[in-house]
Amino acid sequence: MSAFLTYLLNGLAVGSAIALIASGLVVIHRVTGVVNFAQGTFAVVAGLCTSSLLGLGVPHGVSEVAAVLAAALAGLLTGLAAVGRPGTSPLSSLIVTLGVGVLAYAVEIVLWGDQPRSAPGLAGSVTLAGARIQTQHLLVIGVAAAAFALLALFFGRTYLGKALTACASNPYAARVVGIDVRRMGLLAFALGGLLGGIAGVLVTPLRPISFDTDVTLIVNGFAAAVFGALTRPVVTLAGALLLGVAETMAAGYGYGAHQLEVALGLMLVVMIVQAGRRPAISQESA
Amino acid sequence: MLNVSGVSRSFGGVYAVRDVSLSVADGEVCGVIGPNGAGKSTLFNLITGHLAADHGRISFLGQRVDRLAPHRRARMGMSIVFQAARVFRGMTVEENVMVGAHGHTRAGFAAAALRLPRHQADEREIAAEAADALARVGLAEWADRPADLLPIGQQRALQLARALCARPRLLLLDEPASGLRAEERERLATLVEELRAAGLTILLIEHDVGFVTRLADRVVVLDLGRVIADGPPAEIRSDPAVLAAYLGQAS
Repeated sequence: MSAFLTYLLNGLAVGSAIALIASGLVVIHRVTGVVNFAQGTFAVVAGLCTSSLLGLGVPHGVSEVAAVLAAALAGLLTGLAAVGRPGTSPLSSLIVTLGVGVLAYAVEIVLWGDQPRSAPGLAGSVTLAGARIQTQHLLVIGVAAAAFALLALFFGRTYLGKALTACASNPYAARVVGIDVRRMGLLAFALGGLLGGIAGVLVTPLRPISFDTDVTLIVNGFAAAVFGALTRPVVTLAGALLLGVAETMAAGYGYGAHQLEVALGLMLVVMIVQAGRRPAISQESA
Repeated sequence: MLNVSGVSRSFGGVYAVRDVSLSVADGEVCGVIGPNGAGKSTLFNLITGHLAADHGRISFLGQRVDRLAPHRRARMGMSIVFQAARVFRGMTVEENVMVGAHGHTRAGFAAAALRLPRHQADEREIAAEAADALARVGLAEWADRPADLLPIGQQRALQLARALCARPRLLLLDEPASGLRAEERERLATLVEELRAAGLTILLIEHDVGFVTRLADRVVVLDLGRVIADGPPAEIRSDPAVLAAYLGQAS
């Protein structure tokens, strides 16, 4: 029983990290209609930055914040490349984000080499109802919960959230009501970078990060995000937690080698089901 | 209010709009009519900023706008209702209208995300304006429906409510009567009359001559990209050039 509880809690932590990656995908897709395949890269950049900064003796807190800001900057630059030119179709932008991801590999290898790097996080662990959970895991869960509460409020309840959603729904009409669609898109990419960076900073102490970790991150994040049709934060969170728990259980009960397959399988099922339904936000050609 | 002077635009060597000048005075309802292919839509897109002019200048509220992006012109007070249903899908009718208020909101992102008092005040004000605009176009009881499920006539009414929520200085209507049933058309005409009575300046681009001559204070007639007549509706109806180009063709 306590093993089950341990797997469940760890699974929730893994799911929360996935959720943070997925939240960036959702924010960017919701505003620009673009599926950002460079999302995992933002986490990798932040993870590698923290590990370097901490290695240089920069104190905790400062290192993490600086790394998250670096990821936000990476997000903004990706945004400039992907949606900086007005009239770029979401599909072309998607290809640009793939290109940015590949380019990032080269930059990361030059700067950090190809070996995995780690960083110390919160030490120690807590015992909850007989199950041990690392303090760092609790931190991940807490941050993800806070981030999603803010996102859901922002997109669901504020007119500014509506204005951002309007950009993806009908860019032409959005411009007509005075929305600077390009600026909003860049903002979404910066916010996506920020969220990806937070995920990276939180995950690095749990599992070492190398330049190609972004593939695992994006596959998991994307699987969760399609669960929420790439637009709904709360459903995405549920999907991510489900995925995290499923993967941890699979690993815990002896199928550790198949974590990625669990994610891919789940993603496939969800996509097939979603394909049969009407999309929540569909774009009208301008 | 709006001043278009000597504006031209060609596509692949063919002039869609050629040396067109027109002006709309404060509080006036100006109609633009012309047969298909006369350049009405091109002119409309030049004014709103969705097309760039090859020559000429466009000024709005005394300021040159012909190099400004569409959203900048919108923020100056140009509100547009399109012929095509350009509503925001995946949002309710009310949310669609609230987005229209974007141009005159003050609170920034931080305020919205943190739900600061300034933003809360904005939010209440916008909700009230949206409700008001919806009531004005007769969509109040549809407020919570998904916008893309409305029939075409009501989608146009929705666009009108969204445009009104933006507190327009100039309202631009592109073929607002096309595709509407007789009673919808009548309701629209009544609404435009009410807006005119309230002192709103309107530029009405329309294929339906009867609709325009009923509502407009002044009518500009386009044919083959040029202005062939400009005057009060009564004069236009008896202008020989207009009859030849447009009315003659229709009868």
